[in-house]
Amino acid sequence: MSDSEITRRQLLVGGALVGAACVTGAAALHDGALGAPPRTIKGAVPWREGTADVPPMVQGTAYRFFTAGEQAFIEPAIDRLIPPDETGPSASQANVHVFLDHQLAGAFGRGDHFYLGGPWPKGTPEQGYQSRLSPAQLYRTAIPAVEAYVRDQHAGKTFKELGAAEQDVVLRALESGEAKLSGADGKSFFDMFLQNVLEGYFSDPIYGGNKDMAAWKMIGFPGAHYDYREWVSRHGERVPYLTVGIKGRPGWSQG
Amino acid sequence: MATNLPAVDAVLAGFGWTGAILGQQLCDAGLNVVALERGAWRDTPTDFATTFAQDELRYMWRHHLFQNLAYDTLTIRNRTDQEALPMRHLGSFLLGTGVGGAGVHWNAQIWRFLESDLKAYTHNLQRYGKAAVSAYDMTIQDYPLSWDEIEPHYEAFDKLCGTSGRAGNLKGVIQDGGNPFEGPRSAEYPNPPMAMPYGPTLFAKAAREKGYQPFPHPTGNVSRPYTNPLGAQLGQCTYCGFCEKFGCGNYSKATAQTTILPYLMMKTNFTLRTESEVLKVETTADGKRATGVTYVNSAGEEFFQPAQIVILSAYVLQNVRLMLLSKIGKPYDPHSGEGVVGKNYAYQTMGSVNVFFEDKIMNPFIGAGALATVVDEFNGDNFDHTGLGFIGGGYIAQLHTGGRPIEMIYTPQGIPKWGTEWKRAAARNYLRAVNISCHGSVMAHRGNYLDLDPTYRDSFGRPMLRMTFDFSDNELKMSRYLVDKAADIALAMEGVSAVKKNYRTGSWSVVPYQTTHNTGGTMMGDNPTQSVVNKYLQSWDVDNLFVMGSGAFPQNAGYNPTGTVAALAYHSADAIKNQYLKSPGPLVRA
Ligand SMILES: Cc1cc2nc3c(=O)[nH]c(=O)nc-3n(C[C@H](O)[C@H](O)[C@H](O)COP(=O)(O)OP(=O)(O)OC[C@H]3O[C@@H](n4cnc5c(N)ncnc54)[C@H](O)[C@@H]3O)c2cc1C
Repeated sequence: MSDSEITRRQLLVGGALVGAACVTGAAALHDGALGAPPRTIKGAVPWREGTADVPPMVQGTAYRFFTAGEQAFIEPAIDRLIPPDETGPSASQANVHVFLDHQLAGAFGRGDHFYLGGPWPKGTPEQGYQSRLSPAQLYRTAIPAVEAYVRDQHAGKTFKELGAAEQDVVLRALESGEAKLSGADGKSFFDMFLQNVLEGYFSDPIYGGNKDMAAWKMIGFPGAHYDYREWVSRHGERVPYLTVGIKGRPGWSQG
Repeated sequence: MATNLPAVDAVLAGFGWTGAILGQQLCDAGLNVVALERGAWRDTPTDFATTFAQDELRYMWRHHLFQNLAYDTLTIRNRTDQEALPMRHLGSFLLGTGVGGAGVHWNAQIWRFLESDLKAYTHNLQRYGKAAVSAYDMTIQDYPLSWDEIEPHYEAFDKLCGTSGRAGNLKGVIQDGGNPFEGPRSAEYPNPPMAMPYGPTLFAKAAREKGYQPFPHPTGNVSRPYTNPLGAQLGQCTYCGFCEKFGCGNYSKATAQTTILPYLMMKTNFTLRTESEVLKVETTADGKRATGVTYVNSAGEEFFQPAQIVILSAYVLQNVRLMLLSKIGKPYDPHSGEGVVGKNYAYQTMGSVNVFFEDKIMNPFIGAGALATVVDEFNGDNFDHTGLGFIGGGYIAQLHTGGRPIEMIYTPQGIPKWGTEWKRAAARNYLRAVNISCHGSVMAHRGNYLDLDPTYRDSFGRPMLRMTFDFSDNELKMSRYLVDKAADIALAMEGVSAVKKNYRTGSWSVVPYQTTHNTGGTMMGDNPTQSVVNKYLQSWDVDNLFVMGSGAFPQNAGYNPTGTVAALAYHSADAIKNQYLKSPGPLVRA
């Protein structure tokens, strides 16, 4: 058998095993590419045509994760983190809620890259995230707990019904850990929430947020360019490039 | 039951930077080599093409190229009296997986240690006395090799990578514009320095005014098209700013993919098996010889791969764990101070200064992993430590690694992290701020070490690695000193309006990214009671086992590790080829 035959055979055998490997837990896999079969590579650089690992793109803006009750918290809360003003879009104007919803409905929400095995003692702040919950479960558990805390503090009102200043007080109490929620860790939730909101605001529009790249335009980041050689030594000048994302610019395509 | 495979001359456990170097070296010596890599095959057009590589969310925040902790992680704590808990989400360091390892998403800041770093114990003892090297429960040691022994191998790595920079010491003669503190280099860098953006230019000017001798950061982001000694071609870096934490779509960053694989993969005496995780080094009944390794692939099949020589090249943390799981060498006990495997774990102490300009446009997004100007006056023992209460140091650099907006928006002192005030400050400062890094050493301390966790297990049921680490006052004082020096330079930068000092305070936390410069645990040294491997990275206990990586460092210097990691790998490969193959056995008599 020649070397290249070995490679091909391995690929075929491996291909047939994908399903089985998933069922058995595919213990040895460490990649985003879950279910990849083992390969033996010899005498060649095994590049294959048409296999580029292009990112997934979010389609549509309809909610698929957040319930109506959760939406009633998320939409006002993200706009306290990034409020509307003349500088640029608010979080909801940039579709950060769409981003969050898709992230939580997918691999991130499932905690595909988190270790969630037990036991689960609380740990020190230095030990970082120590919840047994995946991000989706954390949001699902924390939002009603925040609403219960708000009801308690504000005579039965919901977060949405509070004034902006009162909403900020609630968010600050979560951020500092002062707000003791029942059944959820408010600070872990807030830390993840703020991080995810920034992600939605500033990530490539293919993920559903940063609508029209408005957050990038606001700060002056030109986006997914790949060559600034001409500009390295032009100190202090503004780079006049149009803002682009991975998919190009709105108007370049229908999608 | 494991299936027995045909024996090979050498097996590599892990195929990142050190695996690729050893693979190429041993195949060129005619050996039949098998590399086992737990992750997937990776190449530029498939995995990080220029059409989609500039994706901050996917690569940095969703860890697309990093180790997936769901399958394997380690436990962490600051002190032995605490319970170690799993690192559930990547933060402080971003471990690699897949062909090329962490080298795929590294910055390519390519450094050599100082001559005095290699002799950290005797050098500091002689200059500052016994108290200086034993304070804070320090357990520092010398590297068991000299500058002259290691220099040719630093040179080999520079030639491989096409390192771009300017020599500061050519064969003992100090050169203008380079790092005057570096050890004597045998040759100028293969490529000239990169072009400098505004920030590094202003930083260098201010540093010169302060009397320092700034120089361009040595970098494996090549400044011009380059063909290396293996015939691999790198393209000129385009300053795209998606380098550190990302794969390079442009063939401009030195990685295993760009420098070694085009050559090595074509060799018929080399075989790579991916999605194959090494579980254990097998030894003879007397424990004196390695017979090969046991591994399992992603289809759940288990194999025994017999080999004459076993190379651990699985990154420091996995190398240490494989040693412990394979029961090779005596595990370190921090209470008695006995044992060596896992001893002297160290890291990097990072501080920084954010610099704000009123009306200068800095264009932070014009970046590359090692695009910077640097001052080295406060690294290692380049300055007098008398009365300072610490040893060690670090370099201070205005690094323009990119302006990825989720990670890298700097706002002035006192600005909250969200809300209108934050938003306005972000919009106002993104184009007008730069960051100065203070990249400091970590000495070895009795309580910082690696062992196996008593509670948590991986998906194979094996104990996880347990990391016990904290910064000591030695490191915190050192870092404070660096940050203050950096702020002095920042305040002298033309047009500066404000600076924000970010001191390293308190205990080490796993949450914010610091560096993936974990070191120690398979320390190199002169004798088996104080080290795991000799100067050729050969195990004292099992002479056909060689352990690569930064685990060999007795303590960590103020520089990024990989220049030294690679040099030690070449030094080891040289000894295997020229000494060990001729007469197998211990290369150093204990
Ligand atoms: C974001 C980032 C930036 C960095 N920047 C710099 C820099 O600028 N300068 C610098 O000097 N260093 C830098 N580093 C560090 C540098 O990447 C490492 O020092 C270098 O890659 C170490 O080489 P290695 O061969 O020891 O490990 P790696 O290159 O990580 O390779 C180890 C390989 O072994 C595999 N493996 C692990 N366990 C097993 C097992 N049991 N079985 C099979 N395979 C296994 C892994 O999947 C991996 O592919 C950076 C690292 C990161 C993450």
